[in-house]
Amino acid sequence: MAEFTMPSLGADMDEGTLSQWLVHPGDRVARGDVIAVVETAKSAIEVECFENGTVDTLLVDEGTTVPVGTPLARIGTTAESEPTADRPPSTPLVRRLAQDRHVDLAAVHGSGPGGRITRADVEHAEPESARAPEHDTTVGPSEPTHTGIRRQPATKPARRKRSRSGAEAQSAPTARPPRPVRSDDSTGERQAPQRVRSSPLARRLATELGVDIAEVTGTGQGGTVRAKDVRSAAAAEGAAQTAVPNVAQAATARLMSRSKREIPHFYLSTTVDMAAALKWMHARNRELPLSARLVPAALLFKAVALAARKVPELNGHWVDDGFVPAEDVRLGVAVSLRGGGLAAPALAHADALSVAEMMAALKDLVARTRGGRLRASETADPSLTVTNLGDQGVEAVFGVIYPPQVALVGLGRIVERPVAVNGLLGVRPVVTATLSADHRAADGATGARLLTTMDKLLQQPEEL
Amino acid sequence: MNHDQAKAFVRQAVQRVVPDADFTGLDPGVSLRDTFELDSLDFLEFVEALAELSGTELTEDDYPVLDTWDGCAARLVAEASTSTQGRSG
Amino acid sequence: MSTRTRPRAHPDDDTTTYREALREGLREALASDDRVFLMGEDVGRYGGCFGVSLGLLEEFGPDRVRDTPLSESAFVGAGIGAALAGMRPVVEIMTVNFSLLALDQILNNAATLRHMSGGQLGVPLVIRMTTGAGRQLAAQHSHSLEGWYAHIPGLRVLAPATIDDARHVLSAALADPDPVLLFEHGSLYNAAGKLDPAVQQVDLDRAAVRREGTDLTVVAYGGCVSKALEAAEELAGEGISAEVVDLRTLRPLDDATFVGSVRRTHRAVVVDEGWRSGSLSAEIESRICEQAFFELDAPVERVCSAEVPIPYARRLEEAALPQPAGIVAAARRVVS
Repeated sequence: MAEFTMPSLGADMDEGTLSQWLVHPGDRVARGDVIAVVETAKSAIEVECFENGTVDTLLVDEGTTVPVGTPLARIGTTAESEPTADRPPSTPLVRRLAQDRHVDLAAVHGSGPGGRITRADVEHAEPESARAPEHDTTVGPSEPTHTGIRRQPATKPARRKRSRSGAEAQSAPTARPPRPVRSDDSTGERQAPQRVRSSPLARRLATELGVDIAEVTGTGQGGTVRAKDVRSAAAAEGAAQTAVPNVAQAATARLMSRSKREIPHFYLSTTVDMAAALKWMHARNRELPLSARLVPAALLFKAVALAARKVPELNGHWVDDGFVPAEDVRLGVAVSLRGGGLAAPALAHADALSVAEMMAALKDLVARTRGGRLRASETADPSLTVTNLGDQGVEAVFGVIYPPQVALVGLGRIVERPVAVNGLLGVRPVVTATLSADHRAADGATGARLLTTMDKLLQQPEEL
Repeated sequence: MNHDQAKAFVRQAVQRVVPDADFTGLDPGVSLRDTFELDSLDFLEFVEALAELSGTELTEDDYPVLDTWDGCAARLVAEASTSTQGRSG
Repeated sequence: MSTRTRPRAHPDDDTTTYREALREGLREALASDDRVFLMGEDVGRYGGCFGVSLGLLEEFGPDRVRDTPLSESAFVGAGIGAALAGMRPVVEIMTVNFSLLALDQILNNAATLRHMSGGQLGVPLVIRMTTGAGRQLAAQHSHSLEGWYAHIPGLRVLAPATIDDARHVLSAALADPDPVLLFEHGSLYNAAGKLDPAVQQVDLDRAAVRREGTDLTVVAYGGCVSKALEAAEELAGEGISAEVVDLRTLRPLDDATFVGSVRRTHRAVVVDEGWRSGSLSAEIESRICEQAFFELDAPVERVCSAEVPIPYARRLEEAALPQPAGIVAAARRVVS
């Protein structure tokens, strides 16, 4: 039985409202089917399911607001009893034991019912660390235990060791890349380090007033942030600016504040000659029906996506004090909402789309963003965002990075300017492309590579 | 199609893109893109809608004259008169 | 024969004690409904172990005010039988500690018969008993076990904390078609005050806000209400405004009143003379957390009795019980 949970539809989302179920118990669903509509602070989003199976129970009523990670429905999976190849069945206790003893569960033969790995299997397995030089001899994972009774003491020293030296445990070698600490990872020893102590009322008020609770100084016991602290923080902010008019704007405000607080931005800018790209586009448009016609943004975005693939150092996320490159180019597109606020849904595999596909995807995405009907997969984790303010008439935009991304490309208006080409002065259409980048993840040389790559790509539009 | 009918098509086309667009007292000579904050995608959608509503073929070369309410209307009327002449002749 | 004097009118004519208020309630019930009778250990000739029924035997005679053998199970069972047969018995049990001897009758018969008979049998029985410590009566007479009874569906459990409630609680309890347990805190019997002539009945379904405040809610009942009010007075001197809620009915709990108060004040201290573990205070705190979690600005605090049998020695007994100073300290913690 699989659980369908409230997804995180953006870095700033910690709860969502289940606004509509599109399935009923008993319905068959396939991976990728849209089964529910979730309302976030920004918009209504269609959420896909990740399982093949049958809807068993809907756990949350329409209209209910729940935290990210809350189970929304149970889905009976078709492969219910078959062990998956890469992950043999095991209980949480066994997984914990394996972790403590540095045993790779994938390599353990399960002797329990249905191939289930039992505690005894883990205890008799050869620990990974026995092969690794970093093996901590004090843990004693290979201590022989031949009776069930003595198992428990064998695990105890390992746990105590973890809690006493958390930093050491953190730095233990792992095969997996670092990933965000999830809030449901509730083992006390691995608590997320930066949790703000705050009262439930303070958190609720902070959301309502659009105050970032991490920014509030707590005056309660042990620095706990209480309602009064949030109110005074909101009043202080209110003195400097007017009230936040809507939730979308408040959500954007929080995210942008976090970005400018945490990310050391640096900015690069270059001017790209658009003559070749526009000439090619006009030629294409003469052959295309009106509904398939291109706009320059499609070419520019495609160039950005390809450049992101070629400069992977800027395509990814800053997680737990380290850069994690993204596997694909998920191009975030900053879309201004008509009521105020911004959304930056993602175009998956943007580097692999043809220009025509990019154009169609862009039209569809922008229309649905403004209509408030995004899909979950479109809001999750863009790897790099592009903002195009050229339509508003400005020549250059120096944007704010969307955390946890590390770069944002800004595109200005295409303008005709006198340009010297091959020693001759001519009037050509040009666009100013800028890069805002996270200096923790990249330096100026890397950033420059992204912009120049993009420039080169736009000089050969037929290759895009 | 007369000029007033054409202007009505323009208004309807803009309102497909910006549903609450208010044309009351709008100067027919000002830029529609600026007034209603149409970005390039919005503009393309507007042109598509205008072409569909009026039954007029609009190419990229028409874009410059499609910037104002009057400009659009004039373009639609001109197209209509040529095609009518074509049929009658 | 009782060596005690008959009750006299209080020197100051318009004040009355909690004990006298209860007696007036009994007198009114006996006079107004001849189905009502009182029975229990020493309620007749001795005038009640705590003097509540003093003079009633003489006034209403031995059929209406009946002394019973020392067998809680027997006379509570007799009361259940009388109630089933159409009477309106009021049974007095000396202290809640001894009520455990009648627990089988209370739980297995009184509380369940309506359900087990498909509504055919009702047990309109009122059981009064003394609860609580503070009078150096040691562990076998001093415990607060009303929370145990508040666990049982089929019972209504009341804890009058004021003289007005003491005066009018009985008529409301007798009007209930199902068994009602009435807990009189031993330290309240001598509490004196004026009856409010405007109060002619009490609403058993609602908790009462005894003092309004804005900074925190102190939830208490029975003998701890006066301690909570004393603490609130001291807190007011420090500029902390405490609202005091008297639960009044321990089952069914009036969540709406105390949760509503916490929604306004955002902080709560629960005072309970029972032991903390598995107590009524735990239930109240749970309901606050369940229903007003996002209103809370501090963890809920509890002030309960020390988890020991209540000691005999005076200072130890005082130390074991919730006291105003402890309530004040808890209140300071939730607002600081």
